[in-house]
Amino acid sequence: MALTNNRVDVPVIVDESKCLDKCKACIEVCPLDVLVKNPDTGKAYMKYDECWFCLPCEKECPTGAITVQIPFLLR
Amino acid sequence: MEIINIEVDFLVVGGGTAGCMAAVKAKQKSPDSSVLVLEKANIRRSGAIAMGMDGVNTAVIPGNSTPEQYVREITIANDGILDQSAVHKTGLLGFDVIQELEEWGVKFQKDNEGKYDLKQVHRVGKYVLPMPEGKDLKKILSRQVKRNKIKVINRVMATSVLTQNGRAIGITGLDVRSGDMYVIKSKAILLCTGACGRLGLPASGYLYGTYENPTNAGDGYSMAYQAGAKLSNIECFQINPLIKDYNGPACAYVASPFGAYTANATGNRFISCDYWSGQMMLEVWRELNSGKGPVHLKMYHLDESTISEIESILFDNERPSRERFHAGRGENYRRDGVEMNISEIGLCSGHSASGVQVDEFMRTSIPGLYAAGDMANVPHNYMIGAFVSGRVAAEHAMDYIKDIDHGDVDSDFINTERERLLAPLNNPNGIPHTQVEYKLRRFVNDYLQPPKSPKNMKIGLEKFIDYKNVLDELGARDPHELMRCMEIHFIRDCAEMAAKASLYRTESRWGLYHYRLDFPNRNDDEWMCNTIIKKSLENNEMTIFKEDLKPYLFDVNLNKEKYDVSVA
Ligand code: SF4
Ligand code: SF4
Repeated sequence: MALTNNRVDVPVIVDESKCLDKCKACIEVCPLDVLVKNPDTGKAYMKYDECWFCLPCEKECPTGAITVQIPFLLR
Repeated sequence: MEIINIEVDFLVVGGGTAGCMAAVKAKQKSPDSSVLVLEKANIRRSGAIAMGMDGVNTAVIPGNSTPEQYVREITIANDGILDQSAVHKTGLLGFDVIQELEEWGVKFQKDNEGKYDLKQVHRVGKYVLPMPEGKDLKKILSRQVKRNKIKVINRVMATSVLTQNGRAIGITGLDVRSGDMYVIKSKAILLCTGACGRLGLPASGYLYGTYENPTNAGDGYSMAYQAGAKLSNIECFQINPLIKDYNGPACAYVASPFGAYTANATGNRFISCDYWSGQMMLEVWRELNSGKGPVHLKMYHLDESTISEIESILFDNERPSRERFHAGRGENYRRDGVEMNISEIGLCSGHSASGVQVDEFMRTSIPGLYAAGDMANVPHNYMIGAFVSGRVAAEHAMDYIKDIDHGDVDSDFINTERERLLAPLNNPNGIPHTQVEYKLRRFVNDYLQPPKSPKNMKIGLEKFIDYKNVLDELGARDPHELMRCMEIHFIRDCAEMAAKASLYRTESRWGLYHYRLDFPNRNDDEWMCNTIIKKSLENNEMTIFKEDLKPYLFDVNLNKEKYDVSVA
């Protein structure tokens, strides 16, 4: 079966200029486990569009790098 | 896929409200025993109360109400179907739990005299105790787990219960990051994995835009079923009046003591009580079907300081993102009602009354296997009930394990389970979990959303059974996607049980939760009983049968005391 990559508007946005290379706080607390580090840049990003807009990632980020939007379909 | 073997005395599956309390109580009762909490997320922010809770709904506080009064009210609210002795535990031990939580740093609302500031939200009696600063509840619980030196394994999802000669002896699990398999032997196992919150599909179409934390996919319902445990009254769905699209609670519990209420399009009351029940949901359904919708939570008649106070609670607790949801739509409680809708269905005994069958010690029908929290069938149990049931289960289990040795794991079973877990990974170009889950849950909406019709439910049941073949086509490209694939197995099991049980009970009960168009009335002569689902160990088929209720502790005349919340 062919798989395509559909573009989606993801709810979680990371300001890379504020994201600390050594930190993993958001990745550790996310209940859905949808945030990971980009191995090339060391910055966090939302890898899977499976978000409960529950906010632990945003609340626990030490630098305020994360913004959680309400997912587009609900917004 | 490596296999990691672990042996403990007591295993808690799910580190949410019930699980954290259970682990602490087990360790306190038996400090030398090894206690392990297995959590698919991270216990710091997991379970139904990941972002805290704004109040407790079932506080039985001396001087305000008695456990007996509480049991009577739940008996009436749940149309008589319950094991009163289990509900009684919530009434008896809830106050203890509240006091202990206070010692741990949780703050409950008090009045000027320092007394608990209870609110009336139920039809009769004051059981709602606000926690305006409840946002750190889960952090406080996980701190207690740490303080008691309890071992925690995060990011491992249990996938099956291991049994030997009808006794539970352990579980298998999947590390959702590394893809390794866990085989954990334990003398007793407590399942407390929460509700089946991903059963129906939200109207928004977003798979994870659910009322319950979407990590709670009915894991425990399915694992207990597959192990041969009894589940009861699965036809009693969870359906909530929620903020349209956002799918979080509008929180009439918080707002109604301040003077807010649920209103129809003309701004008038149509229910006399905001406590969530199937009967209340039926009134909402009727209102929407009589052209008087949409319904909304009305606050715009209140003064500025009251509205600000309500907002400060709602925007800080449980579902704090509702503030940005409203802001994004330009909505303001000073001017706009909170538009509400009837949610998709789920299974959750914390709110309604379906789950794994337990007795007053939270024992399931399988020796060594306990259940607590939202997945254990103790009606309307909410958060205090989760704490109490976790504690009761743990304390009983620590006695049970005293004279018990570890069982022997069946290596054939482990191999089969390993194959099951590997299948989607070996098929990386198979159908993505998102599509497989979307279609399954759309079928749930199409065929099971009440009011229920017999032919619809039959089609649904056939579709859910056939869907086993679709699960064979699932593809996963990494352990995370594999986790989602295995969750669909849980959801499918729950969908089949929901259809089977709904077809079986040929009456209507619990308001909208089990409203059958072909049998619109309650029939106490034939159906004042539990319906039990159980897997036949001979042929692995799903069986269903009636079972008598346990004798009541307190007589309630259900013909006289009808749960009616309509506004005349
Ligand atoms: S809002 Fe919740 S689910 Fe979404 S990324 Fe943040 S922690 Fe994860
Ligand atoms: S918590 Fe903030 S700083 Fe840390 S990894 Fe996440 S985005 Fe980066």
